[in-house]
Amino acid sequence: MDLSSAQKIVIIGGGQAGAQASFSLRQGGYEGAITMVCDEHAPPYQRPPLSKAFLKGELPEERLYFKPAAWYEDNGVELMLGMRATKIDRATRQVHLSHGGVLEYDALILATGSRPRPLPIEGASLAGVHELRSLEDVERLAPQTIAGRRIVIVGAGYIGLEAAAVASQLGLDVTVLEMAPRVLARVTSPVMAEFYEAEHARHGVKIRCGAGLSALKGEDGKVTAAVLNTGEELPADLVLVGIGILPNQELAAEAGVACENGILVDRDARTNDPRIFAAGDCACRPLVHFGRTGRLESVHNAIEQGKLAAAAILGKPRPAEDTPWFWSDQYDVKLQIAGIGTGYDQLVVRGDPEARKFAVFYLKGGVLIAADAVNSAPEFMVAKKLIASAAVVAPERLSDTSISMKEIAAEAV
Amino acid sequence: MVKIIYRDFEGTVREVEAKVGETVMETAIKNGIPGIDADCGGACACATCHVYVDPSFMEKVGTPEDMEQSMLDFAENVTENSRLSCQIPVSEDLEGLTVTTPEAQH
Ligand SMILES: Cc1cc2nc3c(=O)[nH]c(=O)nc-3n(C[C@H](O)[C@H](O)[C@H](O)COP(=O)(O)OP(=O)(O)OC[C@H]3O[C@@H](n4cnc5c(N)ncnc54)[C@H](O)[C@@H]3O)c2cc1C
Ligand code: FES
Repeated sequence: MDLSSAQKIVIIGGGQAGAQASFSLRQGGYEGAITMVCDEHAPPYQRPPLSKAFLKGELPEERLYFKPAAWYEDNGVELMLGMRATKIDRATRQVHLSHGGVLEYDALILATGSRPRPLPIEGASLAGVHELRSLEDVERLAPQTIAGRRIVIVGAGYIGLEAAAVASQLGLDVTVLEMAPRVLARVTSPVMAEFYEAEHARHGVKIRCGAGLSALKGEDGKVTAAVLNTGEELPADLVLVGIGILPNQELAAEAGVACENGILVDRDARTNDPRIFAAGDCACRPLVHFGRTGRLESVHNAIEQGKLAAAAILGKPRPAEDTPWFWSDQYDVKLQIAGIGTGYDQLVVRGDPEARKFAVFYLKGGVLIAADAVNSAPEFMVAKKLIASAAVVAPERLSDTSISMKEIAAEAV
Repeated sequence: MVKIIYRDFEGTVREVEAKVGETVMETAIKNGIPGIDADCGGACACATCHVYVDPSFMEKVGTPEDMEQSMLDFAENVTENSRLSCQIPVSEDLEGLTVTTPEAQH
C-alpha cells in the first residue's frame, strides 16, 4: 500500500524504536502530523546506561535523553507522555487512549517494546524486590544500593550481570542466582560464560549456577531472604529480578494483527495490516543474514526497524539491513557482539581470555555467523562486515593472532 | 560555556555553546546537530559519531585511547583527523573547536 500521502502518523511507545521512527520521518521530509503516545513520563531516553553508568550514579538523567524535550516541540512531534494506548480499532483507524480520547491515523507504528518477565514465585511482590527496565525502576533501586547491603540478583543474563558489576563496585555484597548450569546460557557460549564467571569472582561476586529459587521470604512486607529449592536461605536486603523479557504485543494481537513471539513484520517492518508497522523489541522480523525470523532485543535493532518503518511509509528505498549487533559493559570489560551465534557448529577463539582481550568466532558450515569480542574492536568491526557478506573464513586463520584482522577481512570470500 | 562549531559535509556551519565535561557528541545531540547519530549513546561501540577535527585543534583534543583507535581503524572514510566525538570531552581549551561531520552520517 502506498502511504506516501499519509498526513496523520501515530507512534505507540516512545522508546528507542519509536523515537527513531519520529526522527527518520522528519529527516525524510515528512511534514504531516506525528503523535507519539508513551506511558512513561520522561521524554524518549536510552536504556543501556540504566544497568551501567546511570545505575552507578555517574550520569544525570538529561544525559539519557535522545533529544532535548524542546526538539519534539520544535519539530512538530506531539509527545503524549504518561498516556497509554488501550485499543487499536483498525476499521475506523483509531487508537484509543487511557484518558478516553482517540487518535486517528493514516499509518500507525507500534513501538511498544517489552517488559520484564515476572518472577513466578511466592514473595515476588515484597518490598525490596526490583526489576530493571525503566528510569523509574532505577529511581526506586538506586537509593537502596548502599555499600554493605546484600543484594541477590535473579538471572545471569547481560542485564543481571551488568547490575552485579555495578553493585559490587558500589560495595554491596552480591550474589547472582542462575537456574542454568552457566551464566549467559541463553545468549552465548561456554567459553564466554567461563570468562565472565571468573571476572565476577575476581570482584567478589558470588555466582550460583544451577540454583533453583523456590520463594522469597519477607518480614513486615519487606524481603529478607531468597529460599532455594534445596531449602538453603540466602539473606537479602534487596532482590533484583532479571530473567528476560516479554514482548508487548497484546495491543496488536487484540486488534487482530498477526503475532507470534512478537508482532510479525516483513522486511519493511510492516505487519499484516498494510497501515500498521512494528519496530524494536516488540517485533518479530526477518533476519536476512540468517534465513529465518526472530525477535531481537537491542539498540541496533530498534534503530534499524524505526528507520525501516519510516522509509516504508514515505515510499523511500529500504535502508540497509546491517548485521545485528549488541554490546555490554561490565567493570572495565567491553564486550561487542556481532551477529547471532544460535546454531553454530564450530567455535574459534582468537587471543587469550586470561589477557582479557580476545574474541570468540562462531561458524556454521564454514560461514561466520557471530563473534563475541572482548576489548577487541577490530575483531568486532571485521566480523560485522564478514557476517553481512556471509563470508567463508578459514578457522585456522581466525585463531592466528599473527594475521591481522585487516588481512583476514581482505582475504575472506 | 565553550563555543563548538559543527560543519556538515555541504559546508553549513552551526555554532553552539557547550558545557564543560559533556562530550562533543552529547553537545551535538542536545543541539539537534545533524550528521552525528551516536547509536550506542557514547559507549565507544558504534562509530556513528565519527567527526573530522579541524587540523589546528588536533593537538588540543589529544590522542584517542586504544578502544577508540581500534574502532577508527575499521570505520569508513577515516582520515588522520578522524575522532569519535563521544570520546572528546569539552574543556575550556577547546574554545572554538571546529569539527566536520562525514557525508555517510547524513
Ligand atoms: C537495563 C537495560 C540495559 C540494556 N543494555 C543494552 C545494551 O548495552 N546494548 C543494546 O544494544 N541494548 C541494550 N538494551 C536493550 C535496548 O535498550 C532495547 O532493545 C531497546 O530499548 C528497545 O527499544 P524499543 O523502542 O523497542 O522498546 P522500549 O525502549 O521498551 O520502548 C517502548 C516504550 O513503549 C511504552 N509502551 C508500551 N506499551 C504502550 C502502550 N500501550 N501505550 C503507550 N506506551 C506504551 C513503554 O512503556 C516504553 O516506554 C538494554 C535494555 C535494558 C532494559
Ligand atoms: S556514540 Fe557510539 S561510538 Fe560514539
